[in-house]
Amino acid sequence: MYDTGKIMTGLAAVLVMLTLPFWYSAATGKAGEKHDPVLPKTEKKCVESRQYMRDSHMDLLNQWRDAVVREDRHTYVSQDGTRYEMSLTNTCMKCHVERAQFCDKCHTYMGESPFCWDCHLDRKGVL
Amino acid sequence: MDGSRRAFLKTAGCAILGAGLAAPIARTVGGAVSADPTPGELKAGRWAIVVDVRKCLERENCRACIDACHVAHNVPLIKNPAHEIKWIWKEPFKDTFEAEAHPHLDKGLAGQHVLVLCNHCDNPPCVRVCPTKATWKRADGIVMMDQHRCIGCRYCIAGCPYGSRSFNWQDPRPFITTGIKPEYPTRMKGVVEKCTFCTERLLKGLAPACVEVCNKVAGPGTMTFGDIRDPGSDVVRMLKTGFSIRRKPGLGTEPQIFYLV
Amino acid sequence: MLEKALHGSRRYWTLIGFLSAVALVGVVAYLKQLSTGLVITGLSRDVPWGMYIAQFTFLVGVAASAVMVVLPYYLHDFKAFGRLAILGEFLAIGAVTMCMLFIFVDMGQPTRVLNVILHPTLNSLMFWDMMVLSGYLVINVLVAYVTFTSENKGVHPPSWIKPIIILSIPWAVSIHTVTAFLYSGLGARPFWLTAILAPRFLASAFASGPSLLIIFCLVLRKYTKFDAGEEAIRKLSEIVTYAMAANIFFVLVELFTALYSGIPEHKHHFQYLFFGLHGHNALVPYMWTSQFLAVTSLVLLLIPKIRTNFKYLFAICVGVIAAIWIEKGLGMVVTGFIPSPLGKVTEYGPTLLEGLITLGIYAGGFLIITLLYKIAVSVREELEA
Repeated sequence: MYDTGKIMTGLAAVLVMLTLPFWYSAATGKAGEKHDPVLPKTEKKCVESRQYMRDSHMDLLNQWRDAVVREDRHTYVSQDGTRYEMSLTNTCMKCHVERAQFCDKCHTYMGESPFCWDCHLDRKGVL
Repeated sequence: MDGSRRAFLKTAGCAILGAGLAAPIARTVGGAVSADPTPGELKAGRWAIVVDVRKCLERENCRACIDACHVAHNVPLIKNPAHEIKWIWKEPFKDTFEAEAHPHLDKGLAGQHVLVLCNHCDNPPCVRVCPTKATWKRADGIVMMDQHRCIGCRYCIAGCPYGSRSFNWQDPRPFITTGIKPEYPTRMKGVVEKCTFCTERLLKGLAPACVEVCNKVAGPGTMTFGDIRDPGSDVVRMLKTGFSIRRKPGLGTEPQIFYLV
Repeated sequence: MLEKALHGSRRYWTLIGFLSAVALVGVVAYLKQLSTGLVITGLSRDVPWGMYIAQFTFLVGVAASAVMVVLPYYLHDFKAFGRLAILGEFLAIGAVTMCMLFIFVDMGQPTRVLNVILHPTLNSLMFWDMMVLSGYLVINVLVAYVTFTSENKGVHPPSWIKPIIILSIPWAVSIHTVTAFLYSGLGARPFWLTAILAPRFLASAFASGPSLLIIFCLVLRKYTKFDAGEEAIRKLSEIVTYAMAANIFFVLVELFTALYSGIPEHKHHFQYLFFGLHGHNALVPYMWTSQFLAVTSLVLLLIPKIRTNFKYLFAICVGVIAAIWIEKGLGMVVTGFIPSPLGKVTEYGPTLLEGLITLGIYAGGFLIITLLYKIAVSVREELEA
């Protein structure tokens, strides 16, 4: 084929880049360890079910954000009829307390860095 | 180039584009936002503040309202005036009221400092120019900010005739020297901020921080807040006690901060 | 056709390499701005818009000026512009891209840029600016692609492209009018609150854009076999002459209203620009340079013997572009904020990083123009062989 040298070099470079996460982690030993989030000790019931929260906690938070900031509405009625104040710091973090022990556990492993904490604070005032 | 290969690439590109633009998968249904009003929240047809300049000037070095506001809202203290952030502060009379100031004002009023803050205009130019509705006028007249939506274009700053708005040129957190209050968020770099009439305090039935602390240290009457549309409100009553002016009225912004002079 | 950009002389590749290097430096500088914030610029609470928005304003004019080639050729059948049209369209593509990049680097939260489309706000001129700029880019890419591929194949372009070409004419005027409206509707900034801002923008655009096109044509003439033609270049220089005359006239009428009325709100800005205000006079030397260049360029352009001598014309065009770049860039944008709503004068000067990002975007834009022009030149050389 034409330009064999260029093509083979290019293919090799692409292969190296595609497999980068695997061999880089192996080489530097920086592979993330999966840590489970620290669950609240006393409270066993969250605003919505565990499955719903796993799937859609970001949708819930966005819904709360728009309701509180843009519509001046502050009460949320969950699927089982319980009423909650819509607030990350006052409601979510009342039970989950520290973002480093709860939110960050999954987010860090997944390489997710949501910008909530650029502005919002957890109950310990941790930045 | 082979015609069919080209056609394949074009079709593949369009398919990927189409798939990417496809609506997200239906979400599991959660609960609902309640339409019930929050008990204890202060409501008004049109919020306003009256500042009695004569009384305020009797306390020339007083910064109670400024400090109360900035501490309560985690406003950073940035010494460089190019990057400073301020929600409420004092400016010389002659700069605040250019049209009303003249060289022969009594007691050298021209150089004395009056309180300035966002005027929560009834016809706000900042709202008119914001491309994302990150700032808007609420039904009760408060010009509100949504820092989640702000793209940091600073058009609102260009549009504000009063210089009421500040931009976060950098991360503000290292500059919050008075101790962060966890119950109120800070802001991030790249968004605009300003006075929001203490909506979080109105929610709990409290007066704005500046008004509350002013009443505490200077007694009632120096700063008054209330519903300008309510004939029995404090602000309407205060405005009847003397001659009042507003900043740059000729621009048609209808500012809702009134100054008794 | 795109493969034509991948083959070229040593000179071509040196230019590509140089522009890429400058663009890369700009990207690195921008990464610093992304992580630290716009604090790395010379902007301030009183002067929130500076270099980036000034470049955007200037380049929107250059982009709009493509209409000065399209209108005579497609609407009035001015055949001399036939060889030139593609250069004008490619210049417009490069200029609009640079405009969008300058807006992007100016944003405090650029990852949220799609909010403008997700939450359309019809009363905001910035929303409309995004719409018309994007539309103009699409139109120019489409028109350039269709007309040039047709020419390459030796056929007439399909008839459906004609209405789109005609649409590009009012659209070009609209992009710069909308940009002017961004400024001229703000009661907060009396310096911009003038009806003549939009006409001034257009006049300066039609002087600076065609000047840049003339410079490109003369460069292409020297280094490639692409010759736009004597008549086309001379006609462009006549357009620059009239546009420059209009531009200077508009500046003079603005000065009259401000200075004769003596109203401080109107007067102060011009005072600041030409004489300094309260001891602040950073822009004074630039403004006088700009006006000197503008008037000298106009006078020289009015002399046919000089205007038709392409060696002089090259220098004059550089002068025109410099004059308008200073006046529209620094002069117009920054002065709107001086004095501030509370009467303070806060001066502005760009920082090194700000300058590197600006140069990086210019390099990127010129890179696009170089690649596109290379395609145009190579295809034409092939067709004429």
